[in-house]
This record gives sequence, structure tokens and C-alpha cells, in this order.
Amino acid sequence: MMFMGLYNYWIVVVLMMIGLYIVIAHGNLIKKIVGLTIFQTSVFIFYISIAKVDGGTAPILEDGVSQYSNPLPHVLILTAIVVGIATTALGLALAVRLKEAYGSIEEKHIQDLDNHTLENQSKDEQGC
Amino acid sequence: MKDLVAVVMLAGIYSLLSASFFVVMDAADVAFTEASVGAGISTLLMLVAITMTGRSEHLVRHKPMLALVVVTIIGGLLIYGTLDMPHFGAVDSPIHGYVAPRYINDSMQEVGVINIVTSVLASYRAFDTFGEVVVIFTAGIGVLVLLSVERRPEDDAEIDSLNKAMHEQQLILRIATKMLIPFILLFALYVQFHGDFGPGGGFQAGVIFASAIILYAMLFGLSTARRVINQSFIQLVAAIGVLLFGSTGLVSLLNGGNFLDYNVLFVDPIAGQHLGIFLIEWGVGCTVASVIVLIFFNFAGRRENYKRKKHRETK
Amino acid sequence: MPFDINNVIDIMSAICLLIGSFLCVSGGVGILRFPDFYTRIHAVGVTDTLGSGTILIGLMLQCHESLVFVKLVMILLMTIFISPIACHALAKAATLSGLPPLLCNNKELEKKL
Repeated sequence: MMFMGLYNYWIVVVLMMIGLYIVIAHGNLIKKIVGLTIFQTSVFIFYISIAKVDGGTAPILEDGVSQYSNPLPHVLILTAIVVGIATTALGLALAVRLKEAYGSIEEKHIQDLDNHTLENQSKDEQGC
Repeated sequence: MKDLVAVVMLAGIYSLLSASFFVVMDAADVAFTEASVGAGISTLLMLVAITMTGRSEHLVRHKPMLALVVVTIIGGLLIYGTLDMPHFGAVDSPIHGYVAPRYINDSMQEVGVINIVTSVLASYRAFDTFGEVVVIFTAGIGVLVLLSVERRPEDDAEIDSLNKAMHEQQLILRIATKMLIPFILLFALYVQFHGDFGPGGGFQAGVIFASAIILYAMLFGLSTARRVINQSFIQLVAAIGVLLFGSTGLVSLLNGGNFLDYNVLFVDPIAGQHLGIFLIEWGVGCTVASVIVLIFFNFAGRRENYKRKKHRETK
Repeated sequence: MPFDINNVIDIMSAICLLIGSFLCVSGGVGILRFPDFYTRIHAVGVTDTLGSGTILIGLMLQCHESLVFVKLVMILLMTIFISPIACHALAKAATLSGLPPLLCNNKELEKKL
């Protein structure tokens, strides 16, 4: 029964794979960004579950408490959360600009429009 | 599901659930940040982006079976990799053995702050925090480059008259917001200064401060909010935050210590640590608050431009 | 059992917590079972505010330090103030977007009148 101690890692792996599937299989840009957010949050859960110590409390020094949870992953994840929202904001800004430039945020439509413009450009150059 | 608003709401609920999970895992600071950032600002920004890019998804899913196979293979490999890892909550796992006891035992003598996460974030690993503040600042600049719209005075007058007409409709919300915003700002200041003694610190305070200003901008109109807080002033505050952080490090260098070594900032090392942590938390709070407000103002300004173009096209 | 003041406070806070959780659960049941958007907002708004209020009162009876007590009082005031306003904002947004409320269309009732 040694696997019973590892269930938190398996939950994290399942969440990560859900996020990865959303990024790969969906064409809508907003859904891809949501999938990335799910992936990021699952990585945070991974780190914080590693930091937990049985019988420990929050790492704030108090009288009468001897066992604390590990504060180092908390610091790393604090940084990671704020960086995550910065990249999400940039991704959303890019999606808005793409919509204005191409008229749609589906990956297939954008690729079709790009190929169409490339074909037109090469035809113009041959014509000159 | 095709409705993107439902997708964004579910993502917000997911963030809130993970924040409550962090509380159970004894990570108070992280739960605070995740709840305010993930469930608050992230959901808001996604909703504003959706109003511009369209509310539903056109179902053009390409090759779901291939994606499923790839994901299953990677998931299987990862689970195989976790079989060697220490059990959940084990006291003797390797990460609890080397660096963490030094931080837990020596934090009081070396830094003098009872919140160990703040002492690690602001003193032992201050360089990482500096990099993170610069990353947030860069994201703010990126959004400015992508989304800023030039404002003309005749558009402002048009929006102003629209806002005044809406005042009757939104009376309850406006009065309630006017009563609430001072308390939200006060709470942000409390969290900023209380980071030494409990969960809190620069990031959470910056996000709460920004959310107060965003609440005002959402209810009273973007042009009114821009008149209350000028956009160039916010950009200045963002830059000042990063400069404050960097110059604390430079002053430490000039005083003979390492970069961001607070012991040399003052005669007494512990007082120097307190002063250093105070200054850089101010820098972090300023930059985070102003960048989030900047991002929201630019998104909302773009949206007003978009709606005005559509309005003119349909006329 | 000895009529100790600590026992009485414990029992009262337990009753408050139980009432609060029952109210919150019933609000959740209301979201699932009510037919229309506006009735669902009504269910959640009333029961959530009252439920979290009684849970906070139950917690207040349990705390031994005055600082935690003051913080809980502030959270209670904020919740009572903000939660109905949030429901109002939801309902107003729905009305302004044009969502029609579900009205009673009982033809037998019209015949009787």
C-alpha cells in the first residue's frame, strides 16, 4: 500500500494533463489561455503539497509551536502566481489584437487567412 | 462547452478552490495571493477580453484523438516518475532537511521578522523578488505597447454625457461603492504593512489597491477614473517601484555590502533588515498596483474604442 | 452536567454553525431547483448572507483573543453590506440585458377571476 501516500502527485498529474489537452486540442485562443491557467495552477498545487509536513502549521513564528511547514516552496509559488497573471494579461492583449487584425480568434481561420495572403503575395510578385 | 463566459467563470471557481486548498496546506500567504489574483483579477481580465473577441466558440476542434493519445502517454510517464517521490507530508523527505531548517531556525536572529515567508522573500531571496518585479513591469509595458489607444477630447465629452445619463440607473451601486472604497484602500495599506507579522506583504496589498481603483473605474466610467488618477502618473509610480527596489540594492553596494544585503543599511543590522524589507515591500506594492491598474485601463480603453467603432458602423 | 459558562458558549456556537451550514446548503439546493434566473439570485442572496453571518457569529463565540474577535466583527459587517449589493448588481445586469422574468401564466386562475 505504499501508493496511498502518493495520491497528491497523481491528482496533480491528472490536472496537468487536462490543461495540456485543452491547449493542444482546442482552436479558440481564449480557451488555450484558460488551459494554460489550469496547467499553472496544477503546478502550484504540486509544489504546495510537497511543502506540507504532517503536524506542521503555517510558517509564522509562534510560541509553543515546534513543527512548521516548509516555507521555501511558498516563496517560489508566490512569485510564480504573480508572474502567471502577468503572462495571462499579455496573452489576452495579444488575442484582442489578433481579433482586430484577422477578424476571428480561431486558430484554423487565422492560419487559412495567412496562407491566403501569402499565396496572393507570391502571385503579385510573379505578375510584376 | 461553447459559451466562453461559462468557461471563464469555471476557471475562476477553480482558482478559488485551489486557494482554499492552499489554506488547508498551511500556506496562508500563497492562498491570499491566489485568491486575490487568480479568482479576482484574472477572471476580470478574461471577461473584458471576451467582450471584445466574441462570446462563443466556433467548434473547429482539430485532431482530438491524437491530442488524447499524446496526453495519455505523457501522463503515464509522469505517474511512473512520481513513484520514487516521498510520501505526502513525510517529515524526513529531502527537501525538509537542508535549507528550510536554516531559514526556520535563524530567521529571527538574522532578520527579526516573525513571518518566515516574508523574511525569505524579502531578505534571503530578494534577488528573485527583484526579477519578478521587473517581469511584472515588463508585462505592463507590453500591454501598453499592444493596446493603448489615443484619446481625443471630443470622445471624452461623448462618454461623459453617457455616464451622466446612466447615473440614475446605477444609483445604488454608485453610493455603495463610494462608501466601500475607503475601506478597501485602508485594508490594502493594512496588508502592506502587516506582511512582517502575518500573511500579507507587497503583492497582495498591490492587488487589493488596484481592485479598489478598478471598482471605481467600472462604475463611474473610464474617463472619470482617468481624471481622478492620471495615466501618466500611474506609469510614473510603476517605474518608481522598480527604481526603489533597485536603488535599495545599490545603496547596499555603496555601503560596502553585497547587492541587496540589508545589514549595511543602518548601524544596527536588525534595524537595517527591517528598513530594507520595508522599502522593497513598498517598491513591490507600488509596481504591482500600478501595473494592474494600467492593464485594466488599457483593456477598457480599447473596448470603448471598439464599441464606438461598432456604434458608428451601425449608424 | 455542571452548568459551566464555557459549555453554554460551546453549545451556542455549535448551534450557530449548524444553522449557518444548513442555510448555505439550502441556498445551493435553491440554485438547482428554482425555475428562473431571478428566483435563483433571490435564493442565493438571502441564504448566503444569513448563512455566512451565523457561521461568523458561531466563530466569534469560540475565539479567546480580542484581536481575532474584532477582525471577525469587521468581516461580518462587510459581508452583510456587500453580499446583497452583489445580488442587486447581478439582477440589474440581467434586467438591462433584457432577460424576461418568468411570470405566472395560469389560465385556470384567470378564469376564476
